[in-house]
Amino acid sequence: MAPPPHRRSGFSRKAQYSLFVTYVLAIAGTIVAALLLMISVVDPAGFSALRTFGTEVTAPVARVINNARQSAQAITDTFSAYIDAASKNMALEKELKANRSALIEARALRVENARLRGLLNIANDDPQQVAVGRLISSTASSTRRVATLSIGRNFGVERAQAVRGPAGLIGRVIETGPTTARILLVTDSENLVPVMRASDGLPAFSAGLGNGLVLIKPLSLGESPFKIGDIIVTSGNGGLYGANIPFAQVIRKTSDGALGLPFADPANTPYAIVMKSYLGTARAAQQAIAPDGETKEVAE
Amino acid sequence: MKIPVSAMRLPTRPAREYESRFDREQSMLKMLAIPIASVLLASMVTTLPIFSSGPILPPFGLLMFLSWRLMRPGLLPVWSGVPFGLMDDLFSGQPFGSAGLLWSLAMLIVEIIDSRAIWRDYMQDWLIAALLITAVLLGGWWISGLAHATPDPMILFPQILLSILLYPLVVRICVRLDSWRLVT
Repeated sequence: MAPPPHRRSGFSRKAQYSLFVTYVLAIAGTIVAALLLMISVVDPAGFSALRTFGTEVTAPVARVINNARQSAQAITDTFSAYIDAASKNMALEKELKANRSALIEARALRVENARLRGLLNIANDDPQQVAVGRLISSTASSTRRVATLSIGRNFGVERAQAVRGPAGLIGRVIETGPTTARILLVTDSENLVPVMRASDGLPAFSAGLGNGLVLIKPLSLGESPFKIGDIIVTSGNGGLYGANIPFAQVIRKTSDGALGLPFADPANTPYAIVMKSYLGTARAAQQAIAPDGETKEVAE
Repeated sequence: MKIPVSAMRLPTRPAREYESRFDREQSMLKMLAIPIASVLLASMVTTLPIFSSGPILPPFGLLMFLSWRLMRPGLLPVWSGVPFGLMDDLFSGQPFGSAGLLWSLAMLIVEIIDSRAIWRDYMQDWLIAALLITAVLLGGWWISGLAHATPDPMILFPQILLSILLYPLVVRICVRLDSWRLVT
Protein backbone atom coordinates (compact mmCIF):
# COMPACT_ATOMS: atom_id res chain seq x y z
CA MET A 1 0.00 0.00 0.00
CA ALA A 2 1.23 3.49 -0.78
CA PRO A 3 2.25 5.74 2.07
CA PRO A 4 -0.67 7.87 3.22
CA PRO A 5 -1.06 11.39 1.88
CA HIS A 6 -1.00 12.92 5.36
CA ARG A 7 2.78 12.79 5.30
CA ARG A 8 2.88 15.43 2.55
CA SER A 9 1.41 18.21 4.59
CA GLY A 10 1.87 20.84 1.88
CA PHE A 11 1.98 24.52 2.75
CA SER A 12 -0.53 24.39 5.62
CA ARG A 13 1.28 25.43 8.77
CA LYS A 14 -1.40 23.76 10.90
CA ALA A 15 -0.95 20.41 9.13
CA GLN A 16 2.83 20.67 9.39
CA TYR A 17 2.70 21.40 13.12
CA SER A 18 0.21 18.63 13.91
CA LEU A 19 2.36 16.11 12.02
CA PHE A 20 5.39 17.31 13.97
CA VAL A 21 3.50 17.01 17.25
CA THR A 22 2.61 13.35 16.57
CA TYR A 23 6.30 12.53 16.15
CA VAL A 24 7.19 14.40 19.33
CA LEU A 25 4.43 12.51 21.16
CA ALA A 26 5.67 9.18 19.79
CA ILE A 27 9.25 9.78 20.93
CA ALA A 28 8.12 11.12 24.32
CA GLY A 29 5.79 8.12 24.77
CA THR A 30 8.63 5.73 23.98
CA ILE A 31 10.80 7.40 26.60
CA VAL A 32 7.98 7.26 29.16
CA ALA A 33 7.49 3.54 28.43
CA ALA A 34 11.23 2.98 28.88
CA LEU A 35 11.11 4.77 32.25
CA LEU A 36 8.11 2.67 33.33
CA LEU A 37 10.03 -0.41 32.30
CA MET A 38 13.05 0.64 34.33
CA ILE A 39 10.82 1.12 37.38
CA SER A 40 9.25 -2.30 36.94
CA VAL A 41 12.65 -3.96 36.44
CA VAL A 42 13.95 -2.42 39.67
CA ASP A 43 10.74 -3.19 41.57
CA PRO A 44 8.96 -6.14 39.90
CA ALA A 45 5.99 -5.98 42.28
CA GLY A 46 5.52 -2.24 41.70
CA PHE A 47 2.77 -2.37 39.09
CA SER A 48 1.02 -5.37 40.59
CA ALA A 49 -2.07 -3.25 41.34
CA LEU A 50 -2.54 -2.51 37.63
CA ARG A 51 -2.00 -6.13 36.64
CA THR A 52 -4.39 -7.29 39.34
CA PHE A 53 -7.00 -4.87 37.99
CA GLY A 54 -6.60 -6.33 34.49
CA THR A 55 -6.92 -9.88 35.79
CA GLU A 56 -9.95 -9.04 37.93
CA VAL A 57 -11.76 -7.45 34.99
CA THR A 58 -11.21 -10.40 32.65
CA ALA A 59 -11.59 -13.17 35.26
CA PRO A 60 -15.39 -13.67 34.87
CA VAL A 61 -15.03 -14.60 31.18
CA ALA A 62 -12.12 -16.91 31.94
CA ARG A 63 -14.14 -18.56 34.74
CA VAL A 64 -17.11 -19.30 32.48
CA ILE A 65 -14.94 -20.66 29.65
CA ASN A 66 -12.89 -22.70 32.10
CA ASN A 67 -16.05 -24.30 33.52
CA ALA A 68 -17.19 -25.19 30.00
CA ARG A 69 -13.75 -26.61 29.22
CA GLN A 70 -13.71 -28.74 32.37
CA SER A 71 -17.16 -30.17 31.70
CA ALA A 72 -16.21 -30.90 28.09
CA GLN A 73 -13.16 -32.76 29.37
CA ALA A 74 -15.38 -34.73 31.76
CA ILE A 75 -17.66 -35.76 28.88
CA THR A 76 -14.78 -37.02 26.74
CA ASP A 77 -13.38 -38.87 29.74
CA THR A 78 -16.75 -40.54 30.32
CA PHE A 79 -16.97 -41.67 26.72
CA SER A 80 -13.40 -42.89 26.49
CA ALA A 81 -13.91 -44.92 29.68
CA TYR A 82 -16.22 -47.26 27.71
CA ILE A 83 -13.47 -48.18 25.29
CA ASP A 84 -11.66 -51.34 26.49
CA ALA A 85 -13.77 -51.33 29.64
CA ALA A 86 -13.44 -55.08 30.24
CA SER A 87 -9.67 -55.34 29.90
CA LYS A 88 -9.22 -52.16 31.89
CA ASN A 89 -11.38 -53.63 34.64
CA MET A 90 -9.23 -56.77 34.79
CA ALA A 91 -6.02 -54.75 34.98
CA LEU A 92 -7.44 -52.47 37.67
CA GLU A 93 -8.57 -55.41 39.80
CA LYS A 94 -5.09 -56.89 39.64
CA GLU A 95 -3.62 -53.54 40.63
CA LEU A 96 -6.14 -53.20 43.46
CA LYS A 97 -5.05 -56.53 44.96
CA ALA A 98 -1.40 -55.47 44.81
CA ASN A 99 -2.19 -52.07 46.32
CA ARG A 100 -4.23 -53.51 49.16
CA SER A 101 -1.22 -55.11 50.79
CA ALA A 102 0.88 -51.99 50.23
CA LEU A 103 -1.87 -49.93 51.87
CA ILE A 104 -1.87 -52.15 54.95
CA GLU A 105 1.89 -51.79 55.21
CA ALA A 106 1.57 -48.01 54.85
CA ARG A 107 -0.99 -47.92 57.66
CA ALA A 108 1.36 -49.82 59.93
CA LEU A 109 4.17 -47.46 59.02
CA ARG A 110 2.02 -44.46 59.80
CA VAL A 111 1.28 -45.76 63.28
CA GLU A 112 4.96 -46.49 63.80
CA ASN A 113 5.89 -43.05 62.52
CA ALA A 114 3.47 -41.36 64.91
CA ARG A 115 4.88 -43.39 67.81
CA LEU A 116 8.48 -42.46 66.90
CA ARG A 117 7.55 -38.80 66.50
CA GLY A 118 5.96 -38.96 69.94
CA LEU A 119 9.18 -40.44 71.36
CA LEU A 120 11.31 -37.70 69.77
CA ASN A 121 8.83 -35.00 70.81
CA ILE A 122 8.51 -33.49 67.31
CA ALA A 123 5.64 -31.05 66.98
CA ASN A 124 3.30 -31.99 64.17
CA ASP A 125 3.63 -28.85 62.06
CA ASP A 126 1.62 -30.09 59.10
CA PRO A 127 0.81 -27.36 56.59
CA GLN A 128 -2.92 -26.76 56.50
CA GLN A 129 -4.91 -25.64 53.55
CA VAL A 130 -6.21 -22.08 53.30
CA ALA A 131 -8.64 -22.44 50.42
CA VAL A 132 -9.37 -24.43 47.29
CA GLY A 133 -9.68 -22.80 43.87
CA ARG A 134 -9.09 -23.40 40.21
CA LEU A 135 -6.49 -22.22 37.75
CA ILE A 136 -8.30 -20.06 35.21
CA SER A 137 -5.57 -18.83 32.87
CA SER A 138 -1.84 -18.68 32.26
CA THR A 139 0.63 -16.40 30.52
CA ALA A 140 0.83 -18.60 27.45
CA SER A 141 2.54 -16.01 25.26
CA SER A 142 5.26 -14.85 27.64
CA THR A 143 8.53 -16.49 28.68
CA ARG A 144 7.34 -16.22 32.27
CA ARG A 145 5.20 -19.05 33.60
CA VAL A 146 2.52 -17.40 35.70
CA ALA A 147 -1.02 -18.70 36.17
CA THR A 148 -4.15 -17.05 37.55
CA LEU A 149 -6.07 -18.64 40.41
CA SER A 150 -9.84 -18.18 40.74
CA ILE A 151 -9.70 -17.10 44.40
CA GLY A 152 -7.88 -14.23 46.11
CA ARG A 153 -7.88 -12.25 49.31
CA ASN A 154 -11.61 -12.97 49.77
CA PHE A 155 -10.60 -16.53 50.72
CA GLY A 156 -7.54 -15.53 52.73
CA VAL A 157 -4.96 -16.14 50.02
CA GLU A 158 -1.74 -14.25 50.73
CA ARG A 159 1.63 -13.76 49.10
CA ALA A 160 4.22 -16.56 49.38
CA GLN A 161 1.73 -19.32 50.11
CA ALA A 162 2.35 -22.62 48.35
CA VAL A 163 -0.21 -23.96 45.88
CA ARG A 164 -0.62 -27.65 45.12
CA GLY A 165 -2.95 -29.78 43.08
CA PRO A 166 -4.09 -33.33 43.71
CA ALA A 167 -1.08 -34.60 41.74
CA GLY A 168 1.64 -32.41 43.14
CA LEU A 169 3.12 -28.96 43.71
CA ILE A 170 1.94 -26.24 41.28
CA GLY A 171 3.75 -23.13 42.51
CA ARG A 172 3.47 -20.24 44.91
CA VAL A 173 1.37 -17.08 45.15
CA ILE A 174 3.16 -13.91 44.03
CA GLU A 175 0.36 -11.35 43.73
CA THR A 176 -3.12 -11.28 45.20
CA GLY A 177 -6.22 -9.38 44.14
CA PRO A 178 -9.68 -9.26 45.73
CA THR A 179 -10.95 -12.35 43.88
CA THR A 180 -7.92 -13.60 41.93
CA ALA A 181 -4.30 -14.44 42.66
CA ARG A 182 -1.28 -14.89 40.41
CA ILE A 183 0.81 -18.01 40.86
CA LEU A 184 4.45 -18.45 39.87
CA LEU A 185 4.52 -22.00 38.50
CA VAL A 186 7.34 -24.37 39.42
CA THR A 187 8.37 -24.43 35.74
CA ASP A 188 9.29 -20.71 35.78
CA SER A 189 13.04 -20.06 35.76
CA GLU A 190 12.62 -17.77 38.76
CA ASN A 191 11.12 -20.48 40.97
CA LEU A 192 13.65 -22.42 43.05
CA VAL A 193 12.20 -25.30 45.06
CA PRO A 194 14.15 -27.24 47.70
CA VAL A 195 13.46 -30.91 46.94
CA MET A 196 14.72 -34.37 47.80
CA ARG A 197 14.64 -37.82 46.27
CA ALA A 198 11.74 -39.72 47.81
CA SER A 199 13.64 -43.01 48.11
CA ASP A 200 16.63 -41.83 50.16
CA GLY A 201 16.12 -38.14 50.94
CA LEU A 202 19.01 -36.98 48.71
CA PRO A 203 18.72 -33.16 48.94
CA ALA A 204 18.54 -31.12 45.75
CA PHE A 205 17.27 -27.88 44.25
CA SER A 206 14.83 -27.57 41.39
CA ALA A 207 14.71 -24.66 38.94
CA GLY A 208 12.19 -24.29 36.12
CA LEU A 209 13.33 -24.33 32.52
CA GLY A 210 10.36 -22.42 31.12
CA ASN A 211 9.37 -25.26 28.78
CA GLY A 212 7.34 -27.42 31.15
CA LEU A 213 10.33 -29.22 32.66
CA VAL A 214 12.42 -28.57 35.76
CA LEU A 215 16.17 -28.94 36.25
CA ILE A 216 17.02 -30.84 39.43
CA LYS A 217 20.49 -30.20 40.83
CA PRO A 218 21.75 -32.20 43.81
CA LEU A 219 23.54 -30.31 46.57
CA SER A 220 26.41 -32.80 46.49
CA LEU A 221 29.08 -32.34 43.84
CA GLY A 222 30.12 -34.99 41.38
CA GLU A 223 28.34 -37.15 38.89
CA SER A 224 24.57 -37.05 38.79
CA PRO A 225 23.20 -39.59 41.27
CA PHE A 226 19.74 -39.65 39.67
CA LYS A 227 18.19 -42.46 37.66
CA ILE A 228 15.35 -42.18 35.17
CA GLY A 229 12.09 -42.70 37.01
CA ASP A 230 13.26 -41.35 40.38
CA ILE A 231 10.45 -39.67 42.32
CA ILE A 232 11.23 -36.18 43.62
CA VAL A 233 9.27 -34.65 46.51
CA THR A 234 9.61 -31.29 48.26
CA SER A 235 11.89 -31.35 51.28
CA GLY A 236 10.33 -28.49 53.25
CA ASN A 237 13.70 -26.75 53.67
CA GLY A 238 13.41 -22.99 53.88
CA GLY A 239 9.90 -23.20 55.22
CA LEU A 240 8.05 -21.94 52.16
CA TYR A 241 6.86 -25.17 50.57
CA GLY A 242 5.65 -27.93 52.86
CA ALA A 243 7.54 -31.21 53.09
CA ASN A 244 6.69 -34.36 51.13
CA ILE A 245 4.52 -32.77 48.45
CA PRO A 246 4.91 -34.87 45.28
CA PHE A 247 6.96 -32.79 42.87
CA ALA A 248 8.39 -34.42 39.75
CA GLN A 249 9.65 -37.57 38.12
CA VAL A 250 13.12 -37.74 36.57
CA ILE A 251 12.88 -38.24 32.81
CA ARG A 252 16.47 -37.64 31.73
CA LYS A 253 19.89 -37.56 33.36
CA THR A 254 22.23 -34.66 32.69
CA SER A 255 25.94 -34.41 33.53
CA ASP A 256 25.40 -32.78 36.92
CA GLY A 257 21.72 -33.26 37.64
CA ALA A 258 18.51 -34.40 36.02
CA LEU A 259 15.52 -33.17 34.07
CA GLY A 260 12.21 -33.72 35.79
CA LEU A 261 8.62 -33.62 34.61
CA PRO A 262 6.38 -32.06 37.31
CA PHE A 263 3.48 -34.26 38.39
CA ALA A 264 1.01 -31.36 38.45
CA ASP A 265 0.01 -30.26 34.96
CA PRO A 266 -1.59 -26.79 35.24
CA ALA A 267 -3.70 -27.50 32.14
CA ASN A 268 -5.22 -30.60 33.60
CA THR A 269 -5.52 -30.07 37.32
CA PRO A 270 -9.13 -30.16 38.55
CA TYR A 271 -8.48 -27.92 41.55
CA ALA A 272 -5.65 -26.10 43.28
CA ILE A 273 -5.15 -26.04 47.05
CA VAL A 274 -3.56 -22.99 48.65
CA MET A 275 -1.52 -24.09 51.68
CA LYS A 276 -0.58 -22.15 54.78
CA SER A 277 3.04 -21.14 54.84
CA TYR A 278 4.98 -24.17 56.12
CA LEU A 279 6.72 -23.44 59.42
CA GLY A 280 5.12 -20.00 59.23
CA THR A 281 4.98 -19.67 63.03
CA ALA A 282 8.70 -20.37 63.36
CA ARG A 283 9.50 -17.78 60.72
CA ALA A 284 7.25 -15.20 62.36
CA ALA A 285 9.02 -15.78 65.67
CA GLN A 286 12.42 -15.43 64.01
CA GLN A 287 11.32 -12.23 62.26
CA ALA A 288 10.14 -10.78 65.58
CA ILE A 289 13.65 -11.19 67.03
CA ALA A 290 15.76 -10.32 63.97
CA PRO A 291 13.83 -8.89 61.01
CA ASP A 292 15.24 -9.27 57.50
CA GLY A 293 17.38 -6.37 56.39
CA GLU A 294 17.85 -4.87 59.84
CA THR A 295 20.46 -7.19 61.29
CA LYS A 296 23.98 -6.07 60.49
CA GLU A 297 27.01 -8.24 60.07
CA VAL A 298 29.46 -7.99 62.93
CA ALA A 299 32.81 -6.64 61.80
CA GLU A 300 35.67 -8.81 62.93
CA MET B 1 -53.68 -15.85 1.36
CA LYS B 2 -50.27 -17.44 1.02
CA ILE B 3 -47.17 -15.33 0.87
CA PRO B 4 -44.32 -16.82 -1.23
CA VAL B 5 -41.12 -17.39 0.74
CA SER B 6 -39.14 -15.19 -1.59
CA ALA B 7 -41.43 -12.28 -0.81
CA MET B 8 -40.90 -12.53 2.95
CA ARG B 9 -38.47 -10.04 4.37
CA LEU B 10 -36.91 -9.93 7.75
CA PRO B 11 -37.91 -6.83 9.68
CA THR B 12 -34.42 -5.42 10.01
CA ARG B 13 -33.88 -1.74 10.41
CA PRO B 14 -37.01 -0.52 8.62
CA ALA B 15 -35.92 3.09 8.83
CA ARG B 16 -33.04 2.54 6.40
CA GLU B 17 -35.47 1.64 3.63
CA TYR B 18 -36.64 5.19 3.30
CA GLU B 19 -33.26 6.84 3.64
CA SER B 20 -31.32 8.02 0.68
CA ARG B 21 -28.82 5.48 -0.61
CA PHE B 22 -26.47 8.17 -1.76
CA ASP B 23 -23.93 10.04 0.31
CA ARG B 24 -24.29 7.98 3.48
CA GLU B 25 -21.74 8.62 6.23
CA GLN B 26 -19.99 5.90 8.21
CA SER B 27 -20.59 5.79 11.92
CA MET B 28 -17.75 7.72 13.58
CA LEU B 29 -17.94 5.46 16.65
CA LYS B 30 -17.49 2.31 14.58
CA MET B 31 -14.65 3.88 12.60
CA LEU B 32 -12.65 4.46 15.79
CA ALA B 33 -13.84 1.74 18.11
CA ILE B 34 -13.29 -1.29 15.87
CA PRO B 35 -9.50 -0.98 15.44
CA ILE B 36 -8.97 -0.07 19.09
CA ALA B 37 -11.26 -2.79 20.46
CA SER B 38 -9.84 -5.45 18.15
CA VAL B 39 -6.26 -4.82 19.30
CA LEU B 40 -7.29 -4.74 22.98
CA LEU B 41 -9.35 -7.94 22.69
CA ALA B 42 -6.49 -9.65 20.86
CA SER B 43 -4.20 -8.66 23.77
CA MET B 44 -6.67 -10.21 26.20
CA VAL B 45 -6.51 -13.65 24.55
CA THR B 46 -3.95 -14.65 27.21
CA THR B 47 -6.62 -14.36 29.92
CA LEU B 48 -8.60 -17.23 28.39
CA PRO B 49 -7.99 -20.61 30.02
CA ILE B 50 -5.15 -21.62 27.71
CA PHE B 51 -2.41 -23.47 29.56
CA SER B 52 0.88 -24.14 27.85
CA SER B 53 4.08 -25.58 29.20
CA GLY B 54 6.15 -22.98 27.36
CA PRO B 55 5.64 -19.71 25.50
CA ILE B 56 3.75 -21.01 22.47
CA LEU B 57 0.69 -18.75 22.11
CA PRO B 58 1.40 -16.05 19.50
CA PRO B 59 1.17 -12.44 20.73
CA PHE B 60 -2.19 -11.80 19.08
CA GLY B 61 -2.31 -8.19 20.28
CA LEU B 62 0.94 -7.43 18.47
CA LEU B 63 -0.18 -9.28 15.32
CA MET B 64 -3.45 -7.34 15.23
CA PHE B 65 -1.67 -4.05 15.91
CA LEU B 66 0.91 -4.61 13.17
CA SER B 67 -1.67 -5.71 10.62
CA TRP B 68 -3.81 -2.61 11.24
CA ARG B 69 -0.71 -0.44 10.93
CA LEU B 70 0.56 -2.08 7.75
CA MET B 71 -2.86 -2.43 6.11
CA ARG B 72 -4.16 1.05 6.93
CA PRO B 73 -1.24 3.47 7.27
CA GLY B 74 -2.34 6.66 8.94
CA LEU B 75 -5.23 5.10 10.84
CA LEU B 76 -3.30 4.54 14.07
CA PRO B 77 -1.18 7.56 15.07
CA VAL B 78 2.58 7.13 15.50
CA TRP B 79 2.36 7.35 19.28
CA SER B 80 -0.34 4.64 19.57
CA GLY B 81 2.26 1.93 20.23
CA VAL B 82 2.67 3.19 23.81
CA PRO B 83 -0.97 2.97 25.03
CA PHE B 84 -1.66 -0.29 23.20
CA GLY B 85 1.61 -1.78 24.45
CA LEU B 86 0.92 -0.77 28.05
CA MET B 87 -2.52 -2.39 27.85
CA ASP B 88 -0.89 -5.55 26.50
CA ASP B 89 1.55 -5.54 29.42
CA LEU B 90 -1.36 -5.83 31.84
CA PHE B 91 -2.25 -9.24 30.43
CA SER B 92 0.96 -10.71 29.04
CA GLY B 93 2.87 -11.30 32.29
CA GLN B 94 5.92 -9.38 31.05
CA PRO B 95 7.40 -6.57 33.19
CA PHE B 96 5.13 -3.52 32.92
CA GLY B 97 6.35 -1.18 30.15
CA SER B 98 8.03 -3.89 28.08
CA ALA B 99 5.46 -4.00 25.27
CA GLY B 100 4.90 -0.24 25.66
CA LEU B 101 8.50 0.33 24.66
CA LEU B 102 8.84 -2.43 22.06
CA TRP B 103 5.55 -1.75 20.24
CA SER B 104 6.35 1.95 20.11
CA LEU B 105 9.77 1.22 18.62
CA ALA B 106 8.13 -1.14 16.10
CA MET B 107 5.72 1.66 15.18
CA LEU B 108 8.59 4.09 14.63
CA ILE B 109 10.43 1.53 12.50
CA VAL B 110 7.38 1.04 10.27
CA GLU B 111 7.12 4.84 10.04
CA ILE B 112 10.73 5.04 8.86
CA ILE B 113 10.14 2.25 6.32
CA ASP B 114 7.06 4.09 5.06
CA SER B 115 8.99 7.31 4.63
CA ARG B 116 11.61 5.52 2.50
CA ALA B 117 9.50 3.09 0.51
CA ILE B 118 7.25 4.29 -2.29
CA TRP B 119 5.04 1.25 -2.35
CA ARG B 120 4.87 -2.01 -0.46
CA ASP B 121 2.86 -5.07 -1.37
CA TYR B 122 1.44 -7.87 0.74
CA MET B 123 4.57 -10.03 0.70
CA GLN B 124 6.70 -7.10 1.84
CA ASP B 125 4.16 -6.40 4.60
CA TRP B 126 4.52 -9.99 5.74
CA LEU B 127 8.32 -9.71 5.69
CA ILE B 128 8.25 -6.47 7.71
CA ALA B 129 5.79 -8.03 10.18
CA ALA B 130 7.91 -11.20 10.47
CA LEU B 131 11.05 -9.21 11.28
CA LEU B 132 9.22 -7.01 13.77
CA ILE B 133 7.53 -9.97 15.49
CA THR B 134 10.90 -11.72 15.86
CA ALA B 135 12.51 -8.55 17.18
CA VAL B 136 9.69 -7.83 19.66
CA LEU B 137 9.59 -11.40 21.01
CA LEU B 138 13.38 -11.53 21.44
CA GLY B 139 13.28 -8.03 22.98
CA GLY B 140 10.59 -9.21 25.39
CA TRP B 141 12.77 -12.16 26.34
CA TRP B 142 15.75 -9.85 26.94
CA ILE B 143 13.68 -7.41 29.02
CA SER B 144 12.21 -10.23 31.09
CA GLY B 145 15.82 -11.32 31.68
CA LEU B 146 16.62 -7.93 33.23
CA ALA B 147 14.03 -8.43 35.96
CA HIS B 148 13.89 -12.20 36.43
CA ALA B 149 15.79 -15.37 35.66
CA THR B 150 14.98 -16.40 32.09
CA PRO B 151 15.14 -19.64 30.17
CA ASP B 152 17.14 -20.36 27.04
CA PRO B 153 16.08 -18.15 24.06
CA MET B 154 15.65 -21.28 21.91
CA ILE B 155 12.29 -21.96 23.57
CA LEU B 156 10.98 -18.86 21.75
CA PHE B 157 11.58 -20.46 18.35
CA PRO B 158 8.20 -22.28 18.02
CA GLN B 159 6.35 -19.16 19.12
CA ILE B 160 8.15 -16.95 16.60
CA LEU B 161 7.49 -19.42 13.79
CA LEU B 162 3.83 -19.81 14.72
CA SER B 163 3.36 -16.04 14.97
CA ILE B 164 4.87 -15.44 11.53
CA LEU B 165 2.71 -18.17 9.98
CA LEU B 166 -0.44 -16.86 11.69
CA TYR B 167 0.12 -13.28 10.54
CA PRO B 168 -1.76 -13.72 7.21
CA LEU B 169 -4.78 -15.07 9.10
CA VAL B 170 -4.78 -12.04 11.40
CA VAL B 171 -4.54 -9.77 8.33
CA ARG B 172 -7.62 -11.45 6.90
CA ILE B 173 -9.52 -10.94 10.15
CA CYS B 174 -8.38 -7.33 10.03
CA VAL B 175 -9.68 -6.94 6.47
CA ARG B 176 -13.09 -8.30 7.48
CA LEU B 177 -13.20 -5.93 10.44
CA ASP B 178 -12.15 -3.08 8.17
CA SER B 179 -14.95 -3.68 5.68
CA TRP B 180 -17.39 -3.83 8.60
CA ARG B 181 -15.88 -0.60 9.95
CA LEU B 182 -16.33 1.24 6.68
CA VAL B 183 -19.79 -0.06 5.76
CA THR B 184 -22.41 2.65 5.53
